[in-house]
Amino acid sequence: MSSTLRHAGWVLRGNPVTAFAAAGTFLLVAVAVLAPWIAPYDPITSNVSNALKPPSAAHWAGTDQLGRDIFSRLLAATRLDLTIAAAAVSLSFVAGAVIGSFCGYVGGRLDRWVGRLVDVLMAFPLFVLAMALVAALGNRVENIIIATAIINLPFYIRFARAEVNVRRHAGWVEAARAGGDSHAAVVLRFLLPNILPAMAVQISLNLGWAILNAAGLSFLGLGVQAPTPEWGIMVAEGARFIGTGQWWLVAFPGLALMLAVLCFNLLGDGLRDILDPRMRT
Amino acid sequence: MSVAKNIGRRVVKRLGASVPALLGVVVFTFLLMRVLPGDPATFFASGPNAGQEEIDELRRQMGLDRPMYEQLARYLYDVATGHLGRSMTTGQPVLADLAQRLPASLELSFFALIIALALAIPLGIAAALKPNSLIDHAVRFVCTLGVCVPTFVSGLLLIYVFYYLLGLAPDPTGRIDIFAAQPPEITGFLLIDFLMVGDLAGWRAAFGQLILPAFTMALFVLAPLARMTRASLLAVLGSDFIRTARSVGMTGWRVVIVYALRNAMLPVLTIIGIVFSTMLGANVLVEKVFSWPGIGSYALDALLASDYAPVQGFVLLIAAIFVMVNLAIDVLYGIADPRVTVE
Amino acid sequence: MTEPLLKVENLHVSFSTRGGIVEAVRGVDIEVAQGGTLAIVGESGSGKSVTAYAVTQLLDRSARIPSGRILFRGDDITRASSSRMNSLRGAAISMVFQSPRTALNPIRGIGRQIMDAIEAHQNLPKAQVRARALELLEAVRIRDAAGRFDAYPEELSGGMCQRVMIAMAMACNPSLLIADEPTTGLDVTTQKTVMDLLARLTAERNMALILITHDLGLAARYCRDVVVMQEGKVVERASTAELFGNPQHPYTRKLVAASPTFESTVDDLVGEAPRPPAPAIARERGAPPLLDAEGLVKRFGDVAAVDRVSLKLGRGESLGLVGESGSGKSTISRMICRLVDHDDGRLLFDGEDIGSIPARDFHASPRRRDIQIVFQDPHDSLNPRFSAFDCIAHPVKRLVKPQDAAELKRRVEEAAERCGLPRDLLGRFPHQLSGGQKARVGIARAIAVEPRLLVLDEPTAALDVSVQAVVLKLLDDLRRDEGLSFLFVSHDLNVVRMMCERIVVMRQGTVVEEGASKDLFTAPRAAYTRELLDAIPHFEPQRALAG
Repeated sequence: MSSTLRHAGWVLRGNPVTAFAAAGTFLLVAVAVLAPWIAPYDPITSNVSNALKPPSAAHWAGTDQLGRDIFSRLLAATRLDLTIAAAAVSLSFVAGAVIGSFCGYVGGRLDRWVGRLVDVLMAFPLFVLAMALVAALGNRVENIIIATAIINLPFYIRFARAEVNVRRHAGWVEAARAGGDSHAAVVLRFLLPNILPAMAVQISLNLGWAILNAAGLSFLGLGVQAPTPEWGIMVAEGARFIGTGQWWLVAFPGLALMLAVLCFNLLGDGLRDILDPRMRT
Repeated sequence: MSVAKNIGRRVVKRLGASVPALLGVVVFTFLLMRVLPGDPATFFASGPNAGQEEIDELRRQMGLDRPMYEQLARYLYDVATGHLGRSMTTGQPVLADLAQRLPASLELSFFALIIALALAIPLGIAAALKPNSLIDHAVRFVCTLGVCVPTFVSGLLLIYVFYYLLGLAPDPTGRIDIFAAQPPEITGFLLIDFLMVGDLAGWRAAFGQLILPAFTMALFVLAPLARMTRASLLAVLGSDFIRTARSVGMTGWRVVIVYALRNAMLPVLTIIGIVFSTMLGANVLVEKVFSWPGIGSYALDALLASDYAPVQGFVLLIAAIFVMVNLAIDVLYGIADPRVTVE
Repeated sequence: MTEPLLKVENLHVSFSTRGGIVEAVRGVDIEVAQGGTLAIVGESGSGKSVTAYAVTQLLDRSARIPSGRILFRGDDITRASSSRMNSLRGAAISMVFQSPRTALNPIRGIGRQIMDAIEAHQNLPKAQVRARALELLEAVRIRDAAGRFDAYPEELSGGMCQRVMIAMAMACNPSLLIADEPTTGLDVTTQKTVMDLLARLTAERNMALILITHDLGLAARYCRDVVVMQEGKVVERASTAELFGNPQHPYTRKLVAASPTFESTVDDLVGEAPRPPAPAIARERGAPPLLDAEGLVKRFGDVAAVDRVSLKLGRGESLGLVGESGSGKSTISRMICRLVDHDDGRLLFDGEDIGSIPARDFHASPRRRDIQIVFQDPHDSLNPRFSAFDCIAHPVKRLVKPQDAAELKRRVEEAAERCGLPRDLLGRFPHQLSGGQKARVGIARAIAVEPRLLVLDEPTAALDVSVQAVVLKLLDDLRRDEGLSFLFVSHDLNVVRMMCERIVVMRQGTVVEEGASKDLFTAPRAAYTRELLDAIPHFEPQRALAG
């Protein structure tokens, strides 16, 4: 474990972009945890006399149409958006990794059918699927999580399947069986740990995608409802004022979204280097 | 030619194979709309205070009192005969509504795809030919940013810059100025219709309306296309058969064009299919930002008004488009990769 | 004295990598005359291929040539412009590569690719180019050349693809052909036909041939002169007869000794005094053989990969299983290990019916411990996330169930020691070990549970000859010391002869011939066995097979 940490440190030193992404991710998580304590204003209480003020020393990101401090709302939204993304991704990761690796290991007809189903699902406009799911399940935050998890699932199944498939005839897999392990033990103890690094990369990239999806759904008015602070809703509310020049209503939540996704994407690329033991010297 | 025959056979086979997928979508929407939201009759009733009698009457009318398989059979029959129900908000049959709005969405998506391809493929090629050069880093930077900015944010920012600040773009509402003359309905694609009647001013106006939303969408799918082009061209350039081609003295350009590009385009072709279907989804967001009168905004309005027939029609239509697009990609793939047709 | 066709003087090639600059070639001198044949021999990492790629400027981007000269017909082409190189490549210097399947464009017809090679240098009408390409396909003995003109590489066998590659290289009658391990990955018999073809065509056209190979036998059979490379330097150069008859440099001597011949013993390979043959273990009368397989069948779909194969293996005996790819030998080894189920037949181990236990449940059988396996590719057979210690410990934990951590440690270290693995290597991960060390870990893992039967599935196929020699010696010692029984699966008849008392020759799922190793070599009965023996390249021409 300590060698992993040492290696991580070595990679981060040699790779400023990944270091930036790691720092950004850490910051995001810290903000999500500490939001209620560090926000300068209450994110919900409106103050109409102070509406639509541009960024200033008092309000770093300006105020919205109800006079609420946008910066405080951004901080509060971080917690919600990250929770949605993390919950959705962990659901789909656990289910997808297990289903995918067993299918990939067993092979045969079942695997072919699952593979085909996943291919069809992946090529289908997933955002539309998510919309339909939220519509059918009801307009609630849990349902945004479920919908996002479901549209992420095929990626994990496919990924785990492919990764296990290339390894299932490797000598060390057969050696594990000659060494007295059952099929199930081989999948759980040998194959899953081996595909985890690659999956971690996928998780990181998917977190960004999940945030975009959840924000997109809220932007449309699905899922999270006003006045809850959420990046997508904030953009949707600000959209009305873009034609009249109040750019900060859209730009700051947009920037927050962008930075969050950027951090996760860059971190995903960096993780690839850190977790690959072959890169360790 | 046997190649044409082979492709023909593939199309038929593919169409056959897509039947289960389509059927799956139909059953899925059926379950989604009939089973999950509880009792649909309460939705279709006059209001939340509708009496039990009215609801029961509705249930009988809608066939909801019949067993599930009978409902499914009836539903399948309705879909097969084009009866997608009636929209409560517009009062029109869903099929007619969709048919009227589809060209707007398709025009936007196709135009965006063309912009994306025209930008992404040259950029990807340039980056792959000179890896780790300035252009490569620039392309990577643009791509990384491109996937991070959601369409609804980039669309709004484009409006701010080009409409509010610079005044270059027209009012971002709809496909055409309300005061401008509509072209006669020929194909439904405004750019084509205006050209056909020779109305250049009208064409310019429609183009002006189209460029921002199309660019917004193109920006979003630029990254996967350019990345894939770069990665696959790099992989091909590093492969053994390129070394072979160079070892017999083929010149650099000939190697790239004849040997590398065609092979490298195969994975790009596959990704175009996925990108197009992402765009169908992203359509909903872009159409909302630009008040674009397409099927996405139609479905969204219906969804928010708990008007389910249009939503279900929309999902079915998207599924049908999706099948067609995949078919087209498949045919192109068959032409590009002879190995597929050989089998 | 005429000027040599190609002259390489004091060539240095270095690569810039993450870990700094790596010098792959350090001062190499080579000469080939018009029509001459030169073999560059060396193990992996010796810089032999890099030298060849430097000549044709096909090195990858990270390579630099800090010093040295490459003269072709007296012209310095070391830093020739790319247009100059384009006019030379194909027309004057051609190459044939290893792994022919990937060396051809997968989505272009083979005839078309040969036409491309011609058109790169000659401006002729299409029809003429096509006719010339067809001629070339016929020259490399592609059957039904006209019919296969539009075929794609994946429709052809590996050997056929290599012939197409040769046709491309010959298309513009170059005066120098560089063949880089042209037979790697091909079966022994295909190997011979491809090399014969290459030698004949170059001789007919008075082309010079540089053959880059790790196989001393190939070098001896097809080249007049040999250059031996080690770690980027030429250690010895001589005519073939001289070099193999009387090797001077210690490395060459080691290499020559390590290459199995028709007569060498395992001790010869590592340069030790020969010992008496392994004492036959006294067979107890009436006791069943250790392994008794009868009528084994394995089908994949409609094809029988293994078709009614019967084997018997006595205690302490070593049985060789020989065949080319597709002969079903690996499938048999996995069935006997109970990793896959057989479709028909009987499998007795020490008189006990182990064939009736499904492979799925065999891991829980007490017999699991008795049958262990060593895999082909040592790298591929170790879990990349396990240290060497964990790799060896895993089966011990599962099958021996040691009392405590101390016993586990003792057992693992004992097994490692018996395989000549220093204790300080046990903490390393597979990617930090050399090929030979990984092979030792694989063997230690198998013997750590004290099995009675060891199945060896091409245990040395992925190793350099000198490493192979050491590993074979280790295996032989283990067998002598511990009375293990071996089922030794290999494509290499020479290796099997040294390691086994009896040999079974297989082809396409059935047994072709079976007999004592000695008899099989001196008097093969089946035509296929004779063909296999004949195809083995060897470097003692005076002792070639009688008949």
